[in-house]
Amino acid sequence: MKKNLLKNDGVQSLIASLVCIVLGLFIGYIVLLFINPTGAGNAIVTIVKNFMTYNRPQAQLKYMGNTLVKMAPLLLCSLSILFSYKVGLFNIGAAGQYCAGVALALYTALGLGWSWLPCMVFAMLAGALLGCISGVLKSYRNVNEVISGIMLNWITLYLTNMLLTKVKEETSPYTLVLNTTNPNAVLPSLGLGKLFNNNQYVGLAIPLAIIIAIVVLIVLEKTRFGYELRATGYNKNAAKYCGMAEKRNIILSLGISGALAGLGAAMLYLTGYEQWQCSTSSVPGMGFNGIAAAFLGGLNPIGSIFSSFFIQHITAGGAYVDKSMYCSQISDLISAIIIYLCSFVLFFKTVMNRGIAKSEEKKARLEKQAALSANTEKGGDN
Amino acid sequence: MENQYAIEMLNITKKFPGIIANDNITLQLRKGEIHALLGENGAGKSTLMSVLFGLYQPEEGEIHKDGRKVEIKDPNDANALGIGMVHQHFKLVECFSVLDNIILGVEPNNHGFLQKQDARKKVMELSEKYGLAVDPDALIEDITVGMQQRTEILKMLYRDNDILIFDEPTAVLTPQEIDELMQIIKNLAAEGKSILFISHKLNEIMAVADRCTVLRKGKYIGTVETANTTMEELSSMMVGRNVSFHVEKGPSNPGDVILSVEDLTVASKVHKNNAVKNASLKVRAGEIVCIAGIDGNGQTEFVHALTGLDPVVSGKIILSGRDITHAPIRQRSIMGMSHIPEDRHKHGLVLDYSLEDNLVLQRYFEPEFTDKAGFLRRNNIRSYAEKLIDQYDVRSGQGPVTIARSMSGGNQQKAIVAREIDKNPELLVAVQPTRGLDVGAIEYIHKQLVAQRDAGKAVLLVSLELDEVMDVPDRILVMYEGEIVGELDPKATTQEELGLYMAGAKRDEVKA
Repeated sequence: MKKNLLKNDGVQSLIASLVCIVLGLFIGYIVLLFINPTGAGNAIVTIVKNFMTYNRPQAQLKYMGNTLVKMAPLLLCSLSILFSYKVGLFNIGAAGQYCAGVALALYTALGLGWSWLPCMVFAMLAGALLGCISGVLKSYRNVNEVISGIMLNWITLYLTNMLLTKVKEETSPYTLVLNTTNPNAVLPSLGLGKLFNNNQYVGLAIPLAIIIAIVVLIVLEKTRFGYELRATGYNKNAAKYCGMAEKRNIILSLGISGALAGLGAAMLYLTGYEQWQCSTSSVPGMGFNGIAAAFLGGLNPIGSIFSSFFIQHITAGGAYVDKSMYCSQISDLISAIIIYLCSFVLFFKTVMNRGIAKSEEKKARLEKQAALSANTEKGGDN
Repeated sequence: MENQYAIEMLNITKKFPGIIANDNITLQLRKGEIHALLGENGAGKSTLMSVLFGLYQPEEGEIHKDGRKVEIKDPNDANALGIGMVHQHFKLVECFSVLDNIILGVEPNNHGFLQKQDARKKVMELSEKYGLAVDPDALIEDITVGMQQRTEILKMLYRDNDILIFDEPTAVLTPQEIDELMQIIKNLAAEGKSILFISHKLNEIMAVADRCTVLRKGKYIGTVETANTTMEELSSMMVGRNVSFHVEKGPSNPGDVILSVEDLTVASKVHKNNAVKNASLKVRAGEIVCIAGIDGNGQTEFVHALTGLDPVVSGKIILSGRDITHAPIRQRSIMGMSHIPEDRHKHGLVLDYSLEDNLVLQRYFEPEFTDKAGFLRRNNIRSYAEKLIDQYDVRSGQGPVTIARSMSGGNQQKAIVAREIDKNPELLVAVQPTRGLDVGAIEYIHKQLVAQRDAGKAVLLVSLELDEVMDVPDRILVMYEGEIVGELDPKATTQEELGLYMAGAKRDEVKA
């Protein structure tokens, strides 16, 4: 019974993910020890505790809300990675598609004064368009989607900076404050903010992100479209042989992937939680973290919900580390180590499978020997 | 007493989850003998050889070399013990010369600088001694398949292997080349090499082997002296019942032309010339037409153009009176073309999909399997799969939910045949439908092809197997270097004549 459970793919993914997390925390701890031995224990506890470091339950709730606010876009980015990965494509362009989502969401909200729904739709379309560009290049010109994705990431970053400069504050490099400039564009709270001690940023984005995760799961597993996409991902040649429009499927899946990333951006920036810095010189990490979240979640949309939360949890926790003992980049460093380890999930699964096979072999051999010696004993009696 | 066995595999048992691939199998190879290993696909021949080669560790049993127990943990151990193998698909570097391929991995060198002169001398000596004619400086990509095989044999000899394994060595050869190979194998044995010859072709085994060990469904059936047995006895040992070699079929009644190909020219993917040149043919309802030829003479490209996998350069393809030269694959399929592809793993199956998902691969979009909202009708898929599995006797571990990858080759092929025939096509294109299959499965698939013919369908068979070419079709077209060079009546021709056409030594003007 127990053996069967261990062989179950879902259980294996879960165990592998947990191993990655523990190992990541451990290595993070060792790095902290090297930098400053006295505070290491405290620091790692702080990272894991995140909003629990506050004593008052009120404050805990509020900051848990903040973690959730940032989890929504991460979840969407991880769904974006996962969706294209099922078709056998690695959409590293999610970062740029996210960036395009930021640009359109903020420009339509701040510059054009639209309300939140069309802003969100345009952010999605922007991401989808970028995804489709990679898809068209891939299917008609066989350009590797990783290469085109990375180049589009940078192109998009600077276009975003250019566009959002039109809606930036005069004295700072940041875009205008959303809540005061255009309250209509702020995502509705749905009363959820009250649950988190009046956290104004908590709202529609969080439940919507979870619903979208479930929709992605259903589309991939239950529909004809998902059947075609997965067939294309597993075996492009067989998909072509049975007449599936593989080119169209590649473009569509990268397009949808991009739409998810773009939507993720709208989910964060239309809460007003963050402002875009128009002098940003690196592609936002959200899209890349989505890769880690997708793998840590075992490439399952439901798993992504939990992995996105966890990654956001430790990233936020890193901010609370004592800055008098560690420099301010330490939080990024530690969460980077953990995220890095997260992408080893598949590796740990392989190791685990090998281990199971070996122990079974050993057990079979032992049983055999036992049976054999029992037989010889019997033979001796005769 | 001197031990008479070069290699003994004693009571080997190897299990995989849910299946016992080798169940207490004993194989004893005498010194200097040619020992055939016969069995259906899935009988455990490959597993047994993988155990001998150190790729798998058996749960039980021992391997003895010259009477001493040995441990073979990986292929390097096998090599060190003098065991060499010619794989069915050669392991050669295409753009290296014959000599470079032979010394690959054991390059004679002086502080890292190659010393090819000694190697060349040794290769030439071996080549002369065993009658293995090769040109050491020719590139692999330029030489014939026969010479490539001789290169593989020299590779083993160069490494001083004295136990030589041949895995289905005749599959890619012309009749003339097969005769040469048989002579080479006999020479090798006469020089004291011990030879294991894996095959499912009974006539070859009868012709060349001294003894033959038969496996069936992972079990050891027996070892017989070929001098004291018959082909019939061997085949019934192999499949557990009597099998007819000859395909039973009545005379054909050709009807209307279903497929008409006119002056088809198809580009090659590997070189600048066209792979198919002005090929024309017609297939009528109620007949089986076979395109024969040695591998790589344009058959693959012809079929890819015909089925829509690759574009045509010029020419016309007409199916049931409609021009489909540029039609998409899905449209050809809906118009009544079924295609049993040459490579079942590359094209025929999504190996990581379940059996049921593979069985609806050509029909999943029909209203029976997808509702209006785009959701799959899982219940219908399941019951359709169960119907096909039952009707076509597709065997698998867990029925419809078995992952296709875990099924045996024969059952994978049966699943494809079931899917393509159940579509009720007008034209069935079957490319090497029995490749790598055992006698039982071959017989089954041949019967299905004949049944399609008798049901008034047009069948286009592409085959490299001579027995199949002679037995199954009503007409044979020979393809040589992309052209159709001869049309033969299987009842009136001989394998020798066919061989001359296949080798390009003889050609007629053929009009479709």
